[in-house]
Amino acid sequence: MSANLSAIFYLISGILFILALRGLSSPETSRQGNYFGIAGMIIAIVVTFLTIGNFGTGFIYVLVILLIGGTIGAFIAFRIPMTAMPELVAGFHSLVGLAAVFVAISAFLKPDAFNLGTVGNIRFASLIEMSIGAVIGAITFSGSIIAFLKLRGIMSGSPITFKGQHYINLLLGISIVVLIFYLCKTQSDSLFWRIIGISFLLGVLLIIPIGGADMPVVISMLNSYSGWAAAGIGFTLENSALIITGALVGSSGAILSYIMCKGMNRSFFNVILGGFGATDQTTGGDKSKEQKPVKNGNADDAAFLMKNASSVIIVPGYGMAVAQAQHALREMVDVLKKNGVTVSYAIHPVAGRMPGHMNVLLAEANVPYDEVFELEEINNDFANCDVAYVIGANDVTNPVAKTDPQSPIFGMPILDVEKSKSVLFVKRSLSPGYAGIDNDLFYRDNTLMLFADAKKMTEDIIKSF
Amino acid sequence: MEIDPFIFRLSIFILSIFIGYYVVWSVTPSLHTPLMSVTNAISSVIIVGAIIAALAGLSDNIFETSNIFGFLATILAAVNIFGGFLVTQRMLQMYKKKKK
Repeated sequence: MSANLSAIFYLISGILFILALRGLSSPETSRQGNYFGIAGMIIAIVVTFLTIGNFGTGFIYVLVILLIGGTIGAFIAFRIPMTAMPELVAGFHSLVGLAAVFVAISAFLKPDAFNLGTVGNIRFASLIEMSIGAVIGAITFSGSIIAFLKLRGIMSGSPITFKGQHYINLLLGISIVVLIFYLCKTQSDSLFWRIIGISFLLGVLLIIPIGGADMPVVISMLNSYSGWAAAGIGFTLENSALIITGALVGSSGAILSYIMCKGMNRSFFNVILGGFGATDQTTGGDKSKEQKPVKNGNADDAAFLMKNASSVIIVPGYGMAVAQAQHALREMVDVLKKNGVTVSYAIHPVAGRMPGHMNVLLAEANVPYDEVFELEEINNDFANCDVAYVIGANDVTNPVAKTDPQSPIFGMPILDVEKSKSVLFVKRSLSPGYAGIDNDLFYRDNTLMLFADAKKMTEDIIKSF
Repeated sequence: MEIDPFIFRLSIFILSIFIGYYVVWSVTPSLHTPLMSVTNAISSVIIVGAIIAALAGLSDNIFETSNIFGFLATILAAVNIFGGFLVTQRMLQMYKKKKK
């Protein structure tokens, strides 16, 4: 296939990828969008084979490898529980990152195969492009591995900080730039290996200071990085499908990071520099020691309250995911609906461990998506609702975000749970949330605390109806 | 004076960032998780480079270091392509409207 023809096909596959993202603007068109994406991928792969035009043993090897990888991927996709989606996505990001590194290494070792010049005599522009691809790919890889370990619980979710951390990162960043400069001058492969090694280290150091509940930002950011890495390789290979896709993915991840940061009212740098929630909250610690009275309820009380309500709003959070309570929750809502209670769900942008995490879990439990609302859509309804059922959420309901300028979460948009007539809080203990601050709501007169595992409590409520 | 082809690629890149910006803002927040998994799947189009790397130089000796890196990249990208699209499909199947 001629280079011009294949370039046109790569462009078509890039356009199909745009349509794939466009489809996600509503659940109805989303499935069709996914097919566009698959079609774009098939076109890109077939065109690559046709352009190389050699169907000998090497081709067979590649096909076999494609099938092996595909089988592994399909197996993972069908087996993974929906609650594990954040770590799955982190794991997948690491694969893209590592693939980018490998392609860059291969291009460096055999530049003639990619039309980049000859060994020891690679064009400057190509060297810079492949270095950028390799550096971002390596950072994506090791950063995603750390994110994966933290989300999986293999590594503690608490931030790891040490003195001079940011200076070390800065130093590593500068040394990468300097090494790339020397690489262009000397074309030495030892420099190339060193650049990749430092990037792996930098990826680890960038992610370890970021705490568990900031993971939505981290995952989105790594998503963005994997896109920029792909774009870097796209420039090296002069391939428009890769350049278009890289730009799409890069900007998508960046927008998601922005939305997540806004959901916490924190600047991107504040999240990236990390350590949030680790610094000892001296003020919070002292205050919570004085025993404030809490109204402690059981499943019967909760069942009574909700059954006699005319409207109930459910506020799910990470605790629901941990307890796998989404199915029990749906059953409870079914009973309520049978009793003529209006029920809707309110989702905070940063609920859970990745953007849209709660929506997927509710969809898995067969909750129709038109009963699930975003913060802006539903926040005014709390004032007219009888019961707010908060299951596994905490900081996102804390009114201190509006009242106390000293609080670390001041200014964060919250769900106005406090305005509903009564609040039911399903929580395991009174422990403060991730931000390490006490939630005023626990001690209010209209709040009933239900101390139990989210799933167990919800099941008990169903029995008590 | 002739324009360097690099400038054309840069133009594609920058225009695509703008397209991405507008398209992604129109994605409904409830589909943000599928958005992440599908962007992950499409970024595996890096397999194009992996295949070229695997088959580079051909015939004489397929198992040179550069080819081996190509094969490794191919398998990683393949896991991602199948895993990413299928898990997205699985998620999207679950989004249902209220039965009227």
